[in-house]
Formats: sequence, structure tokens, C-alpha cells
Amino acid sequence: MMTARSLRVVEADARFYRRTWRASVFSNFLTPVLYLLAMGVGLGQLIDEGRGGSSLDIPYLTFLAPGLLAAIAMQTAAGASSYPVMAGMKWRKTYHATLATPIGIRELVLGHVGWVTLRITFGVVVFALVMWLFDAASLLGAILAVPPAILTGMAFATVVTAYTARLEHETGLVTLFRFGIMPLFLFSGTFFPIEQLPDAVEPLAYLTPLWHGVSLCRSIALGLPFDLHPGISIAYLLVWVAAGTILSIRMFRRRLVL
Amino acid sequence: MSEPLVIARGLTKRFGAFTAVDSIDFDVQPGEAFGFLGPNGAGKSSTMRMIGATSPVTGGLLRVLGMNPETDGPAIRARLGVVPQEENLDHELSVYENLLIYGRYFGLPKRVIDGRIEELLDFAELTERRNDTVEPLSGGMKRRLIIARGLMNQPDLLILDEPTTGLDPQARHLLWDRLYRLKQQGVTLVITTHYMDEAEQLCDRLVIMDKGKITAEDSPRQLIARYSPREVLELRFPAGEQERAVERLADLAQRSEILPDRVLLYTDDAERAAIEVTERGIVPESTVSRRSTLEDVFLRLTGRTLIE
Repeated sequence: MMTARSLRVVEADARFYRRTWRASVFSNFLTPVLYLLAMGVGLGQLIDEGRGGSSLDIPYLTFLAPGLLAAIAMQTAAGASSYPVMAGMKWRKTYHATLATPIGIRELVLGHVGWVTLRITFGVVVFALVMWLFDAASLLGAILAVPPAILTGMAFATVVTAYTARLEHETGLVTLFRFGIMPLFLFSGTFFPIEQLPDAVEPLAYLTPLWHGVSLCRSIALGLPFDLHPGISIAYLLVWVAAGTILSIRMFRRRLVL
Repeated sequence: MSEPLVIARGLTKRFGAFTAVDSIDFDVQPGEAFGFLGPNGAGKSSTMRMIGATSPVTGGLLRVLGMNPETDGPAIRARLGVVPQEENLDHELSVYENLLIYGRYFGLPKRVIDGRIEELLDFAELTERRNDTVEPLSGGMKRRLIIARGLMNQPDLLILDEPTTGLDPQARHLLWDRLYRLKQQGVTLVITTHYMDEAEQLCDRLVIMDKGKITAEDSPRQLIARYSPREVLELRFPAGEQERAVERLADLAQRSEILPDRVLLYTDDAERAAIEVTERGIVPESTVSRRSTLEDVFLRLTGRTLIE
């Protein structure tokens, strides 16, 4: 899949990031920790001492942390696959410059996805260590939950890339975050079990890749029984990755090859 | 003579029902500066993108460096330098980083890239801006940086799409000087432009392009000699008086053109024609005599001016 030429794209993105990482460090690394503090530690105390404790068999912090792990993978992926893609495609047209070199469309897309996967990995690994420091998971549990979180991120990276490549106007990005990423973040089982959702809405949660990611991460990190057979969730996420990649290549070609 | 670097026969590009490039033929020889002169929308950029192996050919034959862009795109692009019309530098990055990243796209080792960057910055007069971000650079500097970027892979062929559009006269002259140096170093240039002075300055040979078709091909000097008398007398009259004046003056010229703002009389001796105009008692608002240019050739071939 990854050819030498797509690795050159990964390298270029890494060099770009080295220059511009400050802009995203807060949202990628600090915001998740703030969530963990406010919700997990702060709100969690209320929940554990109050009646909420009866519906969760585990401390709220422990419940929340692995869900956040999957959720931040999604958010990092969406951030790195939206505005930068819009810049390459339309604002700065740097993709046009890349394509004047031996790099082709497929290599450009795979390189981009490869780089976003690396960024997801940094974020997820750092947060897994934070989870362990907060005693929300064992070190082994936290580390084992990293791969499914990365897979969750990749599902979003590819699909958001395809979505962004289609956009004529940047208002579509605001729509994406407001009506896509934000509701998923809140309602995919990260903060509360989806059984708490109204019965009519609950099945929808099973369709979202984030729920599968949250569910996998939680069961693996905490050593709990799986909600679904893990193979189903992994396969479901892989389908998203594959479909998103194919669509991204198609959209890039449509927009960039005239 | 060695093999042409670019060969096009019946080259065609269509976008849906619109034909942007309509079955054109041309060859670009090694070492020459070859130009496409024509107004905006003539099909020059589409032709350049096909040569650059980034836009598929709709019809006809195209060979670049002996290869087929359809099947050998990456191999062609590896040996091509591209200076696009639209500036597409990474503004957040430094001048150096822009060149480094581009060089890496070609798979060049960093050691080689670093050596070339110093040479190219010197060539582009950007050495002092090496570590500055691109954002605040002037239009002329950005354009020189794009040219330096296009030279990172030491291309056999450098293609430049409207290289001086939007630049002030001083920046244009500096750029022309750099392109002229490249030509002297033996770099083959393909240039599109809608500026006739640019075409005259830079091109050994050019084609005139209009509405997707090539209407003439030769050196600038030969084109002028073939399609236009040597000199032109330009006369300005108050609105509405042009036609009447031309009726009385037409016999002074081999050919005349009425433009919205002036009348052109084509003759081999513009000064004498000017004297004759005065002797006939006709007093234009202003009179300019000059040599024929490619603009006049274009007007003759298409009935239109280059910049409308």
C-alpha cells in the first residue's frame, strides 16, 4: 500500500507539522486531559457517590477514559483531514504543486492518510499514558487499547478526507464539526452507555464508527466482556477505512486532475 | 538534429462539449525557448498541463522527453520543471523549507538538496530571505521562488505558465533576466504568455494560439516580417471621427485597423505617413509611430487584440 512516493508525502506533512504543531497542540493533547479532569474526576465523584453509581459497576473515571481515547482519535483525525485538505486543494493549492512532481494522486492520498495515522498515534499514545497516570486503567490495558483507537481514527481520517475533497466551500467544514463530529463525540457511548439513549435513537449509535471504537477500547482497556463480537467491530471499522480511502482517491482525482 | 523534447500531433483537450485545445501540432527542440502566445482562454494552460503530465490528453499524440504522458507520467514529471500560473507555495513554511520539501518529492537526498538550494537561492536573489516564511515576500520574490522550486530536480525542460502576469515592470525585467540566463545555460524553456513583449524578449520560436488552435508558428522576427509591414502609425481621434479619418488615409497604408481607442496604419515608413497625414490637413489628437510587434501579428491573424 505505502510506496516510497507516498512516504515522501508523509515526510512533507511531517516537516510541515514540525513548523505548525503549536496551533494544534492544545486541541490534540490538552483538551482531552481537561475532559478527563472535569468529567472523569470532577463529575465522576458526583456520579460515583450518587445514584449514578448504581448503573455503572466501575468508577466513572474508569468508564470515561477509554471512551475518550477513541473519541480523541476521531477528533485528531477529523481535524487533520479537514482544514489541511481544504488548504491543499483550494486555499493554498499545494496539492497542485505536489502533483507536478513524480507523486501521483493515489500516493498523495495514501501519504496524507499515513501522516494523519501517525498523528493519531502520537495523540492516542500520549493519552493512554495519561489514563494510566490517572489510574483510570492499567498500563497494559491502556497500551492494548491504542490499536483500536488508531483504527477508529483512520476510519474518520479517510471519510473526512473524502468529504472535504468534495467541498466547494469551507462552510461545509463547520457543518461537519457541528452536525457530525460534535454529536458523535457526545452520543456514541463516550460519556454514558448508549443504553441511556431513547430507544428510537439507540440503534443509530451502533451504526457510528465511533461507538464501535469506544466499545472496543473500553472492553480491551478494562478487560470487560465485549458488547459485540470484537471481530464485527474491527471489520466494520475496516470497511469504513477502505471505503473512505477509495472515495478519497476518487474525489482527489475528480478535483485535481483536469 | 537531435530528437525534439516535445512532439504534439493533433493534440486535443476537451472539457465536456468545450474544446480547449483543438488538434494542434508543434515540436519543441532541445535548448530552445518555445512560446505559446495568445489571449486568456486560448488553450495555453491546458496545453501546458498536458505537457506537464498532470492532465490527460483527450485526443491526438503527445510525446514528452520521448515518453507518453498517459503511461509514463511519473517518469516525465521527474525530469520536468513546472512553474504554474497560480502561486502555490506553502506560506507557513520558510523559503528553504519550501525548496527542501519539493526536492524530497523527487526523492533527492537531503545533502544534494541542500547544495542545490544554496545555488538556486543565489540564482533567484533570495539568499537573504532563506529562513523567512513565504507569506510576506513580494509577488516578484514568490515568483522567483517558484522558478527556483521548479529547478530543484535540474529539469531537462522547464515549463512556465504566464511567468510574469501580475508583476510590476521591475520585477518582470529581473525575471526575464533570470530566464534568459537559464536559456544560456542550455535549459529548454516552454513559456506561455499573453504579453507580446515577453514573447519577443524570451522566445526563439513561438506559436500564436487563439481559440484552441495554432494560427502561426515561427521566430518572433519572422512572424512580424511575414504578417506585418515594418512600421505602424498610431493615430488617436475624438470619438466618432475614426471611420471618417480612415477613409481619407487608407491609401497611405498597406493595411489599416480601427481599434476602439485608436487607428493603426501599417506601412514601411511611419514617419513619412505621419507627414502625409498632416499635409492632408488631418489633425489627430495624438500620433505615435513605432515598429510592428507581435501584437500586430496577432491582430492581423485573429482580428483581435491580445489583452482585451
